[in-house]
Amino acid sequence: MSSNGSSSSPVKSTGLHVGAIKPGVAKKDPILVADGVRRQFGGLVAVDVAHVEIPRNAITALIGPNGAGKTTFFNLLTGFDQPNEGSWSFNGKSLAKISAFKVARMGLIRTFQLTKALGLLTVMDNMKLGSTDQNGENLRASLFPFLWKKKEGEIEAKALEILTRFKLDTKRDDFAASLSGGQRKLLEMARALMTNPELVMLDEPMAGVNPALTQSLLDHILNLKKEGMTVLFVEHDMQMVRHIADWVIVMAEGKVVAEGAPDEVMKNPAVIDAYLGSHQDIDLGAVTGRITLPKIPKEK
Amino acid sequence: MDFLGIFNSSISFIIAPTTIAYALATLGLALHFGFGGLLNMGMAGFMALGAYGYAIGILSFGLPWYFAAFVGIAASIVFALILGIPTLRLRGDYLAIVTIAAAEIVRLVLLSSAFGGLTGSADGLSGFNGPGGTVTNPTVGAGGFNDSNPIPPGEYGFVPFLDNERTWYLRIVGIIILGLAIFVVWRLVNSPWGRVIKGIREDEDAVRSLGKNVFAYKMQALIIGGVLGALGGLMLAFSTNVNSSVYVTSLTFFLWTALLLGGAATVFGPLAGSIIFWVLQAFLGLVFPALAEAGLMPFTTIQAAQIKYIIVGFALVLLVVFRPQGIFGNKKELTFVK
Amino acid sequence: MRTMSTMRRKASRLASAVGAFVLAFGVLGLASPAQADVVNPEMPFKISGNVQNKGEPIAGVTINFAGGGGFAATVVTDADGKFTAGVPEKLADYTVTVDETTLPDGIAVIDNPATEFIEANVQTVTVGPGGRVTMNFFIGQGERHVTSMFDQVVQRLISGLNFGLMLALASVGLSLIYGTTGISNFAHAELVTFGAIATFGLVAVMGEGLLWLAIPIALVLSGVLGWGVDAALWAPLRRRGMGLVQLMIVSIGLSLGIRYTYQFFIGGKTEQLPGSGAERFNLFGSVSLSIIDIVSMGVSVLIIIVFAWWLSASKIGKATRAISDNPSLAASSGIDVDGVVRIVWIIGSVLAGFSGILWAYFRPGIRWDMGGQILLLIFAATTLGGLGTAYGALVGSLIVGILVEGSSLFIPSDLKYVGALVVLIGILLFRPQGILGRKERVG
Ligand SMILES: Nc1ncnc2c1ncn2[C@@H]1O[C@H](COP(=O)(O)OP(=O)(O)OP(=O)(O)O)[C@@H](O)[C@H]1O
Ligand SMILES: [Mg+2]
Repeated sequence: MSSNGSSSSPVKSTGLHVGAIKPGVAKKDPILVADGVRRQFGGLVAVDVAHVEIPRNAITALIGPNGAGKTTFFNLLTGFDQPNEGSWSFNGKSLAKISAFKVARMGLIRTFQLTKALGLLTVMDNMKLGSTDQNGENLRASLFPFLWKKKEGEIEAKALEILTRFKLDTKRDDFAASLSGGQRKLLEMARALMTNPELVMLDEPMAGVNPALTQSLLDHILNLKKEGMTVLFVEHDMQMVRHIADWVIVMAEGKVVAEGAPDEVMKNPAVIDAYLGSHQDIDLGAVTGRITLPKIPKEK
Repeated sequence: MDFLGIFNSSISFIIAPTTIAYALATLGLALHFGFGGLLNMGMAGFMALGAYGYAIGILSFGLPWYFAAFVGIAASIVFALILGIPTLRLRGDYLAIVTIAAAEIVRLVLLSSAFGGLTGSADGLSGFNGPGGTVTNPTVGAGGFNDSNPIPPGEYGFVPFLDNERTWYLRIVGIIILGLAIFVVWRLVNSPWGRVIKGIREDEDAVRSLGKNVFAYKMQALIIGGVLGALGGLMLAFSTNVNSSVYVTSLTFFLWTALLLGGAATVFGPLAGSIIFWVLQAFLGLVFPALAEAGLMPFTTIQAAQIKYIIVGFALVLLVVFRPQGIFGNKKELTFVK
Repeated sequence: MRTMSTMRRKASRLASAVGAFVLAFGVLGLASPAQADVVNPEMPFKISGNVQNKGEPIAGVTINFAGGGGFAATVVTDADGKFTAGVPEKLADYTVTVDETTLPDGIAVIDNPATEFIEANVQTVTVGPGGRVTMNFFIGQGERHVTSMFDQVVQRLISGLNFGLMLALASVGLSLIYGTTGISNFAHAELVTFGAIATFGLVAVMGEGLLWLAIPIALVLSGVLGWGVDAALWAPLRRRGMGLVQLMIVSIGLSLGIRYTYQFFIGGKTEQLPGSGAERFNLFGSVSLSIIDIVSMGVSVLIIIVFAWWLSASKIGKATRAISDNPSLAASSGIDVDGVVRIVWIIGSVLAGFSGILWAYFRPGIRWDMGGQILLLIFAATTLGGLGTAYGALVGSLIVGILVEGSSLFIPSDLKYVGALVVLIGILLFRPQGILGRKERVG
């Protein structure tokens, strides 16, 4: 499954927006809409997004320099953090004040920048945790195996299928803690897919994954779109963003400073400004591209 | 020195009611900490509520003993709810401090003379198990736990398990409760529910991001473990008087020692840990004074009786340092524990 | 509620009747309470109480009991004015009579049914379902109201401040240790006890006159102990990278081991440091203080100021805060983490040892588990302020101290620790990170 025309350019979705391209431009079919979302840490305004819409069934990249507020924005959207003000909705349903687990149940699944593999669970158990319709997770039902054994088998088959796609099937009985950093990233993504999400939000899925594997990871992401999912991902590597993203949103100092199709947005002066400050003579792709180092060192 | 006597007394702790009570409470701790990652340092409070709920139910409200037992269990459930609602959102180390504080609150309230009429304050409560128990007054607690004993009076068994019908009844009831409890916990932790709980132990945010109601799961675990603690308290109350001086912080620490002896994330570890803990306690508590009396140790017998506690303390240190997975635990798991 | 006001009169004498009783039980509760004179101890139910004149216990008063079935008993109050009688039945009435001829000259039990106090010398009492009843004879009640509410509040505040400062010495150390190593050190209680026991031992060897010398030597020994435990145990575990929960349990084991070692050597009794019974003098109204209270508060404040200066201005103090903030960053920026942690252990132990000496005067008395008795309050103070922030621990300690002492104005004094612990849980409900702590980030 990992090789359906991966080396050639993927098919990009176009015509996602309505009207002139500007930060906060309306989309034809938005899946997620945020309005006036603000989050302050003491005096620091980490996120201050006036308006942004995420197009459905497309791959959107969220980029921006370190500390731009991308992760914080993810946390806010998924209920892991509460904003000082603002509203946002998913499929038209308001998500403000909805707790994180309910957001996840609505089909909005996220991964974490600092990987959260469940170390002392096996890879398979990690995967099974992702399933959403296992009745045996209910306390009373859990005491009666005949109520959930059959479902368990189905879940296992599905998990194995996804693990095979991510080349983790041989590790199924190992503790997640024994996986390498990159494998944990893969596991986290695979686990997220177990939930049959509508919108997948990936926080730097490619960080720490070796270049050979990134290619197949990119294919996975493209496949998600083919299967009808929407993907929003954070990535520092512009080559990859250019390669797979249908749409790019640029954040700097908490605000959305630019939006657009990948190739256009790179030429936007606001973006160059946000990334490079005074070093505007350097080509942006060269600075943030993975192969043509040097890369800006990450925080944390 | 009576070595055989000491040996027999120690061995008899294998199925002593106290050992069974510890095993129940430790099993609760295993569910809390070993499987759910909840750092409960207030297990003594749950036990106290089980024991006092039972005793007060009989003495103050005149309930039959089996209903009173449910009062004890209900009290521990209410305690878990009151404790859980504010604290389950807290980071682990805060949870430890809050639970230890809550258990102390329970103990101090039970000890306070303000509620002496109900709790007997410093004297505790007695005479609720009915005739044949520790009371001199036959009318109190008639039809109590002791009266439900179907075993005809007499001595049964063989040394070191030679005991009267009351002790045997206690043991049998205790073993049945413990057996059921172990079975239920085994079922739980090997089910999808157990998988979620273990996931929460590893990283609750990750589990939350998969759409699980982490708070509800933690609360369920807290309640079930707490009920096991209350059952431990009940077991103690079946066998003797209740007194707040039993349900002190050290009791919780001893339970932790038993838990870590057996292995925190295991189902049979708590039982094994409790047995080892008690057999050793009994043995050391007898052998040192005997040695001192025989003039083989340069201490008074009172000092010699303290040595076992010193040993428990330092043994706990050595255990965590050198065999943190306990006797039944899986060494493989520890390779990754930070 | 009313009966408590007699306690209030005894103001900051912390270990007064009921207080002593709670403290004697302490966290471990292995010791038995101060014994009242007892008759019929083998009987299952109890009538107990005390006899006081204007808040002072009266010893040697004869009390007679009579009940159904021809039951009769006589007991004489002990030095604390207390008595206890075993009775055979509960849910039964007993007649309790104070033998007025045994009261001191000039004192009589006044039969005054207008007050709710039990003042008649013949009373009927019902032993309830709990099988226990308390029956107090307060003679000359009227005078209790002389203590104005204002005086009581002032007295409690001073006491609370004193207690809080003492807690602060222990809790800033605990907090520093937590901040730099992540250890929730349950054995801190034993460091507290050590200061008091070491002083006691030194005084016993050197003579009471050399108390001024014994205290500094005891503090040096405390520091050596802190250093030793770090070198022998914590440093190796740190190098092994042991988890925080494991470290916490190690500290629990250490605490138990050391605590019972103390008991092994000094037994279960309470010892006094020289000068602990110092005369109290009146400030105004009925507010009184002893010279020990004043010295203790003065020295605590001084030490805390020096400590605060050290933490904020000295090189090692700054390094300490840097490590608390971000250990790996501090390590990578060239700070000798191990060295700083060693110093933190030494300073934390010295502060704890000093607080132990003050605690020995405040209780008053030295016991093997005296540190354990306040361990939870120290933790409460540290947590309240925000784990790992030294200034937070200071604020938390003062709050806990004043809360504990102040609450006995409103609730029975044997529940005063309960008040502080309830507030701890309450505050964490609204500010899980403590008062001065910071929230952690997700993801
Ligand atoms: N819990 C917090 N407390 C205080 N400040 C925070 C917190 N979380 C984030 N911040 C601050 O908010 C800003 C945005 O952080 P965020 O993690 O969202 O950046 P980011 O865009 O994800 O950066 P990166 O690309 O490096 O991951 C940063 O300056 C960070 O220091
Ligand atoms: Mg980020």
